[in-house]
Amino acid sequence: MADDAVAEQERMRTFQAAALPHLDDVYTLARYLMRNTQDAEDAVQECYLRALRHFDSYRGPAMKPWLLAILRNVCNAEFARRSKEELPTDYSSDEALAEEMPMWQEPQASPEKMLVRQQDTATIKRLVAELPEPFREAIVLREMNNLSYQEIAQVAGIPVGTVMSRLARARAMLRAAWNAAETTTTRPGPAVASGTAP
Amino acid sequence: MKCDESEVMLHALIDGELDAGHARDVETHVAGCAACGEKLAAFRTMHEVMIAAPLIETAPAHLRNRIEALMATPASRVVSIRQFMQPTRRSFFGGFAMGSVLSAAVAASLVLAVIRRDQDQTISEEVVSAHIRSLQAGHLMDVETSDRHTVKPWFNGRLDVAPPVVDLTAESFTLLGGRLDYIDGEPVAAIVYQRRKHVINLFVAQHLGRRHARTIADSIQGYNVRHWSQDGLDFWAVSDLAGDELDEFVQKITSALQQPSRAS
Repeated sequence: MADDAVAEQERMRTFQAAALPHLDDVYTLARYLMRNTQDAEDAVQECYLRALRHFDSYRGPAMKPWLLAILRNVCNAEFARRSKEELPTDYSSDEALAEEMPMWQEPQASPEKMLVRQQDTATIKRLVAELPEPFREAIVLREMNNLSYQEIAQVAGIPVGTVMSRLARARAMLRAAWNAAETTTTRPGPAVASGTAP
Repeated sequence: MKCDESEVMLHALIDGELDAGHARDVETHVAGCAACGEKLAAFRTMHEVMIAAPLIETAPAHLRNRIEALMATPASRVVSIRQFMQPTRRSFFGGFAMGSVLSAAVAASLVLAVIRRDQDQTISEEVVSAHIRSLQAGHLMDVETSDRHTVKPWFNGRLDVAPPVVDLTAESFTLLGGRLDYIDGEPVAAIVYQRRKHVINLFVAQHLGRRHARTIADSIQGYNVRHWSQDGLDFWAVSDLAGDELDEFVQKITSALQQPSRAS
């Protein structure tokens, strides 16, 4: 029995060393998926609990995308449980979705608005939080979690080609909103209504 | 390439996800298309602003404590959040399926040649292993000569590329010879140099890792690794030489390759 306890401690240490460094990444994605601090924290905790349970069967790939995939499942399941209408990420067709997204039609901007103006961090976070899913998720995984396309494909369970088209649309939407936003706007967005940043 | 294709591909270019051929296609289109050129510049700026901004949140201390407490609990006693942390809370995470967390096969509709980022890491490790193996096994060279005109032809018929061999004796990097090696299951040319007592293996192949515009530096198990792409070839230099001296080596090789008379 003593050996079991030692082995168990060793397993915990291994898991902790592998998984804990990604806590901020997991928490960041949770903040953008869950849209309120309390739910985000609960989702993160549930994510680590599940990761710990399944750690014995974990064979790679990298730990960060593995954790983020678990987190995403936790968040989606919670949305699915709450309301089918709210289900945010399992779209069967991005094309159909894009047609409902007028922002994909970029505004005819004046030349000085064509490039990207400077925005502060709080504004960037708000603009990302206001993106519709699944484009918000794609942007967060790429620009904040710094995942490769392959890793985003694994986390979101979509082909790499879909990652590319989603990111293209996400950035086009973000750019339009970005250039329309006033730099001075500092009020927190819907994802940041309570607690700390974003 | 047409504009609608470029509109998607330019993001992969910004994100460093394209191989050299596709990157060139996008760059060629963008150079001749003002609208796409403007988009590339704008999206690149936006990307750079975003990665420079501190967008990652810091998990609050109480959450970190909760997670750490979770890890200090024996697995058999760890239970889900609603019984464990908040017994009165409604069935928050009830009834969700774990599903296949990461399905092994990413769906096959890979329309574009996108190269995995972690491939570089794998190859870095393999390149270092090959370097160590070459020193241990007494199998540093298949062809042992300081004459670059002997090394290069030796690879003929052994590889489907003709690796450039540069003589850097004047820069005190002595050419020792060449060797056929295997990285990532593919035959590659290993060109062996020496400075003082330090051996440098320069691995050259047509496709070996991601294509980078600039040199990527890494250090594994105390060995310095440099990876760059030039003239359609991938180069990996490995040595126990100090980082700045290996940088010097890389710089000499790259500039020599830009003067065709220096390489054969």
